[in-house]
Amino acid sequence: MDTDVVIKVRGLRTQFGTQVIHDNLDLDIRRGQVVGVVGGSGTGKSVLLRTILGLNRPREGDIEVLGEDARQALDTVQRRTGVLFQNGALFSSLTVAENIQVPMREHLDLSRSLMDELAALKIGMVGLPPDAGPKFPSELSGGMRKRAGLARALSLDPEILFLDEPTAGLDPIGAAAFDNLIAELQKGLGLTVFMVTHDLDSLSAICDSIAVLVDKRVRLGTMAEHMQDAHPWIQSYFHGPRARAALDNRL
Amino acid sequence: MDQEPEWIESVGTDGRPVLSAKGSWTIDAVSVLDSRIKATHLNGTKQAELDLSGITRLDTAGAWLLYRTRRDFADDGIDARLAGLDPHYAPLLDLVEQADKAHPEIERERPGVLVEFVSRVGKSVCEAAEEGLNLLNFLGLTIITMLRVIVRPRRMRIVSLVNQIEQTGLNAMGIVGLLLFLIGVVLAFQSAEQLRKFAAEIFTADGLAILVLREIGVLIAAILIAGRSGSAFTAEIGMMKVNEEVDALRTTGVDPIEVLVLPRINALLLTLPLLTFFANVAALTGGTIMAVATLDVTYTQFVRQLADAMTLKNFIVGMVKAPVFAFLIGLVGCYEGLQVGGSAESIGRLTTKSVVESIVLVIIADATFSIVFAYLGI
Repeated sequence: MDTDVVIKVRGLRTQFGTQVIHDNLDLDIRRGQVVGVVGGSGTGKSVLLRTILGLNRPREGDIEVLGEDARQALDTVQRRTGVLFQNGALFSSLTVAENIQVPMREHLDLSRSLMDELAALKIGMVGLPPDAGPKFPSELSGGMRKRAGLARALSLDPEILFLDEPTAGLDPIGAAAFDNLIAELQKGLGLTVFMVTHDLDSLSAICDSIAVLVDKRVRLGTMAEHMQDAHPWIQSYFHGPRARAALDNRL
Repeated sequence: MDQEPEWIESVGTDGRPVLSAKGSWTIDAVSVLDSRIKATHLNGTKQAELDLSGITRLDTAGAWLLYRTRRDFADDGIDARLAGLDPHYAPLLDLVEQADKAHPEIERERPGVLVEFVSRVGKSVCEAAEEGLNLLNFLGLTIITMLRVIVRPRRMRIVSLVNQIEQTGLNAMGIVGLLLFLIGVVLAFQSAEQLRKFAAEIFTADGLAILVLREIGVLIAAILIAGRSGSAFTAEIGMMKVNEEVDALRTTGVDPIEVLVLPRINALLLTLPLLTFFANVAALTGGTIMAVATLDVTYTQFVRQLADAMTLKNFIVGMVKAPVFAFLIGLVGCYEGLQVGGSAESIGRLTTKSVVESIVLVIIADATFSIVFAYLGI
């Protein structure tokens, strides 16, 4: 029994008009894994993430998240997963603390003071300064907005965390700090992380498994396994100068 | 599958109080646990034990309660020892502790209602004053740029001027014509109703002509243009600001005032007087049709009366206002567009602000005109 498979995709086909994005795509992600999803532009990395979250309807195929059919038990899936969208997607009319409390208000019945405490806790966990709580998203820098988005994603202590390009638009130091943060939270909270990224540094630093989207399918493996792959795109991706630099840094 | 969360007080073998946490301490349960923990009071003891061996599940919310309980005990001088926690959850507790240490105090200081009210009023007054000053500044900048362009007419952006004239003038004719026609109908009907009581129905024509030519035609046209074109100016320039197009213009040595603001203001300066004339015609037509249909006057009688009331003076009093209103609308629309910064969120807010501000300014200007004309006896 593969009870610890938290995301299971079978025979997925997504299509926009006549354009097929994924065809007969299978994917298994186990509990506690940090999976980085890479692929060329237009190969449907974000589409895959959105499809698993139930934001896109697949043409064919089954998706199970935490053992439930993602399309039928959308509530459960939403309750037990957290998502960080590319630009944070914070609600602009609410303060950071209120943003973090939105999922709590929606799914739970907590007292005002407890919600404030928990929001402050999450703000501390993602490394934001204490005075960030009453600020509005427009008053935050890009990096802080991502941290605030992460705090909101963690608000209900999800089992799976979905990240869409978490380090895009951050400077290398900020990106490394964000990687560390995710790795630390992942260890502390025992999260499963599904991360769409292009950042080779994050891939080598925190992902224990990499899903490469090529030929409308996914190839899952470790960095070392992908290095051996003969597929031309994977070859040029993992053997390009940038990949080498990222790997050298690690060694 | 999850076990009921529990919080049990008991006394240990050595007489110390033992607090046992059992079951699933997750965010679903913290609400209940929180009130139970708050009801726990340990009196007259310096030592206690927190027995965590019964915990089957723990998340950050649960870990927070455990941590907070222990911290609060420590504040009361009680040393609470943790015992029996599944080592699997140790990093979680550390994480929570670190996060709290980074935030020593949760500040929740709320000023009183009165203080908040006064400070809000003060803030908005200061903001309004600053806004007025900035607008004045922008007015100066626009006029200087305008003069520079007049000296060197080759810098005039004819293509975008023509384009703006089409958008703000030609495309607005339908709505302006329709609305003013209907307003003419309403005006004629209402004044005829009143004047009938004095058997002075024929003076409906005078009322209509004076009201439309001096006030209604230009005012309604200006308000429509503020809503239609002023908002478009803010949104268009704001979008360019968000895309950094305005900065791109500056770095290539092109003055954004010259290419974005002037064509828009100039277009309005040309089209609003024309639209006002058109609005007057539409309103008078509507009024005439309504009057002839409902009153006991013939078409010729009414038109003759109308022509007598439509003096050149009345016409000019109305038309003089049009360029002033146009300038105000264009200025505010472009100014607010350039105020857009950073994110797209501000576009919506500033567009609303631009429309409200320009309508307010138009009406203030109209009132000023009335006072001045009254003094001059026009």
